[in-house]
Amino acid sequence: MPAFDLATQSKRDLNQRLHNLPADTNETHWTVANPAGEHAIACGLDAPLTVEIQGHAGYYCAGMNKLATVIVEGNAGVGVGENMMSGTVHVKGDASQSAGATAHGGLLVIDGNASARCGISMKGVDIVVKGSIGPMSAFMAQSGNLVVLGDAGDALGDSIYETRIYVRGAVKSLGADCIEKPMEAKHKADLRRLLDAAGVGPEVSVDEFKRYGSARQLYNFHVDNAAAY
Amino acid sequence: MDTSSIPQTLPRFSATLDPASMAEIRRAAATGIYDIRGGGAKRKVPHFDDLLFLGASVSRYPLEGYREKCATDVTLGTRFAKKPIKLDIPITIAGMSFGSLSAQAKEALGRGASIVGTSTTTGDGGMTPEERGQSKALVYQYLPSRYGMNPDDIRKADAIEVVIGQGAKPGGGGMLLGQKISDRVAEMRTLPKGIDQRSACRHPDWTGPDDLEIKIEELREITDWEKPIYVKVGATRPYYDVALAVKSGADVVVLDGMQGGTAATQEVFIEHVGIPTLAAIRPAVQALQDLGMYRKVQLVVSGGIRNGADVAKAMALGADAVSIGSAALVALGDNDPALEEEYQKLGTTAGAYDDWQLGLDPAGISTQDPELAKRLDPVAAGRRLANYLSVLTLEAQTIARACGKSHLHNLEPEDLVALTIEAAAMAKVPLAGTDWIPGLSGM
Ligand SMILES: Cc1cc2nc3c(=O)[nH]c(=O)nc-3n(C[C@H](O)[C@H](O)[C@H](O)COP(=O)(O)O)c2cc1C
Repeated sequence: MPAFDLATQSKRDLNQRLHNLPADTNETHWTVANPAGEHAIACGLDAPLTVEIQGHAGYYCAGMNKLATVIVEGNAGVGVGENMMSGTVHVKGDASQSAGATAHGGLLVIDGNASARCGISMKGVDIVVKGSIGPMSAFMAQSGNLVVLGDAGDALGDSIYETRIYVRGAVKSLGADCIEKPMEAKHKADLRRLLDAAGVGPEVSVDEFKRYGSARQLYNFHVDNAAAY
Repeated sequence: MDTSSIPQTLPRFSATLDPASMAEIRRAAATGIYDIRGGGAKRKVPHFDDLLFLGASVSRYPLEGYREKCATDVTLGTRFAKKPIKLDIPITIAGMSFGSLSAQAKEALGRGASIVGTSTTTGDGGMTPEERGQSKALVYQYLPSRYGMNPDDIRKADAIEVVIGQGAKPGGGGMLLGQKISDRVAEMRTLPKGIDQRSACRHPDWTGPDDLEIKIEELREITDWEKPIYVKVGATRPYYDVALAVKSGADVVVLDGMQGGTAATQEVFIEHVGIPTLAAIRPAVQALQDLGMYRKVQLVVSGGIRNGADVAKAMALGADAVSIGSAALVALGDNDPALEEEYQKLGTTAGAYDDWQLGLDPAGISTQDPELAKRLDPVAAGRRLANYLSVLTLEAQTIARACGKSHLHNLEPEDLVALTIEAAAMAKVPLAGTDWIPGLSGM
């Protein structure tokens, strides 16, 4: 199991080595000690690796991830898992702003809280936040699912497109064109699948969640909605 | 009394409330929505036409037009990138989105640029295989919307351009109206078909120059520091924007003036926000010089470049290269008078057609309608673009030789004078026949 120590080795070397691994590599499990909040750790991965970051990560950790599993043992800075395409990114602490921004696929799990703009412009990723999320989350969110076990801040889902949002706690306010929608059986099944994938056990019931999504009133410009744009 | 013999005042239009303003008031009153269109600022602003080259004389000698070499090559991205882009000519094709343009038009741009050894650029909406396949050097735009943003495409690109703004709409996002959202465009952007697609005006995961620096570092890490990273700004406060782009780690700064084209933007935005290209270049160059980065971070200028004289003037003012959008579309066949009958049916005339947002382009360029798009032959259109780019180069060389320069990069502000006081002040060159540079010398 290759072990990397950012106290003595450079992030550039780490990322280069991870990028250079052949698709059929046996070196699939990496640990990274002393990350000390460095930016852009384990970004641009494109192979089924597991990378365990043993501490706090800075901005854009696991950015644009494909296939890999990246685990942050501490907190993560701005844009963790931004534009990820597939694979799993798991933050065991809290995440800063814009977690999972514009991400197209895969699963992002945040055990703690996520700050403002969580899931902004998300395009297909599934995000599960076990704590609460900050304001303006899921702004212009296009596709995928955002699950929140705690509360959501102001203007949740502003100008949302087709993303589905599930919140267990309180929503401070909904943004333009975002409304509560009925929880049907298929939504409950979907939510259960997401909770299972994020390691949330049956002690959390899907019946505790409300679903939010687009009213689809702003999809084509209409004069009388001008104030909402 | 017989009034027929009394002299009448002529019907007189107001210069302020002119017929165009009145027509716009009526249109606004009828529809309740602002006018959206394509293209750049249409009103007259100080421009390269207001400058003249001095040419050689007794005090300077020229180069022989057909014998002595006047080189045109340029390398972009020499600051940090392991693989800078080497171009044969300093005229690149600007970023124009697939979505706003047909796949055929994008392919034609790639073909034309590749024939003459220059680069082309993707746009909002991602990279198409046609474009990648036909472009020798392809710059991948990284925009706020991140539509179609894919790390595989980043790895396929030759450079990355972080778009902060555009000259036509600095501070504005984008809009692709539902009519132009075909299945393919919708899929690339991960949105339902037929709905208006808004592109955000701010990046979703960074704000301000300190964050931009970290974002650029991430892009470099993802691409192993191989690819040049450009930062594109609309011209507003060029001195500060260029300085901050340099501070953030850009290899290349792209500076787009208010005449620069757009696929679809509010008319009020196009005509009233941003400053002319002419006014933006010198402050940008000054910023690079003050930071000791002139010619180390390359400056690409766009917005209203039409001919080789414009290219030469932009370079004399300090640009390392220029970029063209609207003129390239004209070379492909946009607004062709041969299509006049069809333009008439759309309520306009060849040369004035700018409703690119509607997707009805009879030339098959700004459309996603497969029947219309088929009209554009990407091979023939690419050839026309290549011819046009060659002419721009020959024209710029003609001027440079006349000024005694063996490389287009040797053109300098001292080769220029201005025809108007405004242009003299903006370009910081003397008014023709005087040694007066308003704001710099004398009163
Ligand atoms: C049809 C069209 C689409 C455009 N799309 C984009 C875009 O997606 N991203 C961008 O940064 N600029 C876009 N632009 C602006 C160009 O990149 C460029 O800045 C401008 O066209 C240069 O000015 P010019 O048209 O006078 O040559 C577009 C321009 C046009 C005409």
